[in-house]
Amino acid sequence: MVIECKHVWNYISDYIDDSLSPEIRELVQRHLEHCEICSAILDSTRNIMVLTADDHVYELPLGFSDRLHARLSEEIGSNPAPPSDDAG
Amino acid sequence: MDVELSDRDEPRMIAAILAGDREQYHELIRPYERSVYKMALSFMKNESDAEDVAQEAFLKAFRKLADFRGQAKFSTWLISITLNEARGRLRRQAIVRIESLDESPEQGGHISPALLRDWREVPSEALERQEIRQMLQDAIASLSPLYREVLVLRDVEEFSIEETATALAITTGTVKVRLHRARMMMQKELAPKLKKTAPRRRWFQWS
Repeated sequence: MVIECKHVWNYISDYIDDSLSPEIRELVQRHLEHCEICSAILDSTRNIMVLTADDHVYELPLGFSDRLHARLSEEIGSNPAPPSDDAG
Repeated sequence: MDVELSDRDEPRMIAAILAGDREQYHELIRPYERSVYKMALSFMKNESDAEDVAQEAFLKAFRKLADFRGQAKFSTWLISITLNEARGRLRRQAIVRIESLDESPEQGGHISPALLRDWREVPSEALERQEIRQMLQDAIASLSPLYREVLVLRDVEEFSIEETATALAITTGTVKVRLHRARMMMQKELAPKLKKTAPRRRWFQWS
């Protein structure tokens, strides 16, 4: 059985996640071996996923951490834990 | 979530916090500040709302810590709280777009990807350029909420399919369908742009 490009496109995401059945995976694999367009779609999709996952896409604003912990301290700090090393 | 946690014993930290060592909460959440902020920003689209949502999520997680039963990873639980906080905020701002109600995504036809004859890897170093970062943020932001939620959990926060399904209270099948469409929309939107803006440098010689 041979599948067409537009069918392969439907499987790209599951192919990347390795969640296709072995039979379908095999069909897709064989198609990709000789179809440069589908290969480029696969490669670009995967590449974009790698970039999307990169921490540098969303940078923390300056002072984010300080402001966060200051706010947490207000919540937490009403009852601070005593230092444990000289407590006794 | 790509945080190095090998030397942390989170269940023990959480138990200590609940037992009264509340200050430890600062340390517990430190590795997740970026993840929570990313999640918030991908929903709120502006930094100050995102920071607000992130702070609220961390506060809520602290107040609800006793409810965390270790059935999921702490990070997964925390991101779910952030998701709910962001959703609630969007609802209150009444900027959830009507278009999302009109869509019937699961029945929609397939998304045709951008057709390219070849693809040269765009390296992560490209993200040093603000324009590339902005391009990715804009592409994520332009997805409708149903797709954005799935894509952000799975491909930005790197949840598993199961964790994504649990966080959104949908089936794994629905996650896969939406994820596929979201990824194809990202490819369609970004592949031509990334190709076009690639600088004439050694590592991508587009011809």
